[in-house]
Amino acid sequence: MDKLKLVEATQMKTDLPEFSPGDTVNIHVRVIEGDKERVQQFQGVVIARHGSGMNATFTVRKISDGVGVERIFPLHSPRIAKIEKVKEGRVRRAKLYYLRALASKAVRQKTNA
Amino acid sequence: MTGLLGKKIGMTSIFDDSGEVIPCTVIEAGPCFVTQIKTVDRDGYAAVQIGFAERRERLIPKPQAGHLKRAGVKPVRIMREFRIDGGGELQPGQEIRVDKVFTKGDTVSVIGTSKGRGFQGVVKRHHFGGGFRTHGQSDRERAPGSIGSSSYPSRVFKGTRMAGRMGGEQVTVRNLKVVGVIPDSNLLLIKGSVPGAINGYLEIRKSKDKTH
Repeated sequence: MDKLKLVEATQMKTDLPEFSPGDTVNIHVRVIEGDKERVQQFQGVVIARHGSGMNATFTVRKISDGVGVERIFPLHSPRIAKIEKVKEGRVRRAKLYYLRALASKAVRQKTNA
Repeated sequence: MTGLLGKKIGMTSIFDDSGEVIPCTVIEAGPCFVTQIKTVDRDGYAAVQIGFAERRERLIPKPQAGHLKRAGVKPVRIMREFRIDGGGELQPGQEIRVDKVFTKGDTVSVIGTSKGRGFQGVVKRHHFGGGFRTHGQSDRERAPGSIGSSSYPSRVFKGTRMAGRMGGEQVTVRNLKVVGVIPDSNLLLIKGSVPGAINGYLEIRKSKDKTH
């Protein structure tokens, strides 16, 4: 199993900030259009972290124009330029799927520090 | 060289240059040692025989021990032959490393022994549909159905697909892509899955691709 980790280590990021479900994060995503590359931001609440090692992912949820949008990012993806922790949240669950059913005000209250 | 021997380490995923996730199998391919060179003059065909995986001296059959001693190779578990055109630069006892044989982007075939499944029914073993679940059926859900006609031929034809031992046989998967080579630790990364269990031995051959 150690040799598997060796392979994974070649691509894993080491400079990742610590964040956990409930936190509000701002993800800088590299978007490649044709031959141009630009950075797009996606800010929202982390509602889940999943997996370990190379296969770790996290889910970010935000409300965009009244529509809930969720994106699942591979934690070590080279397409993520930067992860910024905007606000720390205090929650009592590892997976915050119940936020999907709540209004944004309730989400704010639920994740308040 | 047109191939190598290796051991399956496990599966993981890596990112390619554009950031896409690629599922890949990690194979410890080598170090392999040349155990014999076969030539057209002496053997009727040209090939290289290589050995892989260390083994304790005590556990090796005597004839094999002698064969390996001649080549000056430490005891190995498996040996395979690979055809070569001319060769010549390889010597018995020589070590062959992954980066000498494979590069990123190569197409390969991987040969291994599939996982043994034990005695399995026809639904799993031959993808039969089974019988009805409902309409008053009992004991028919995974049954094979008819296995032939009656008075003529009064026997079951040879090769009729029935329940039995499944798996544990040689399987070749072709057209797999090499997505990475780590020379320091002799590791080979191949896109997709390969036959067999973890720690199973594999034969990795370069595809005879005509489009190259």
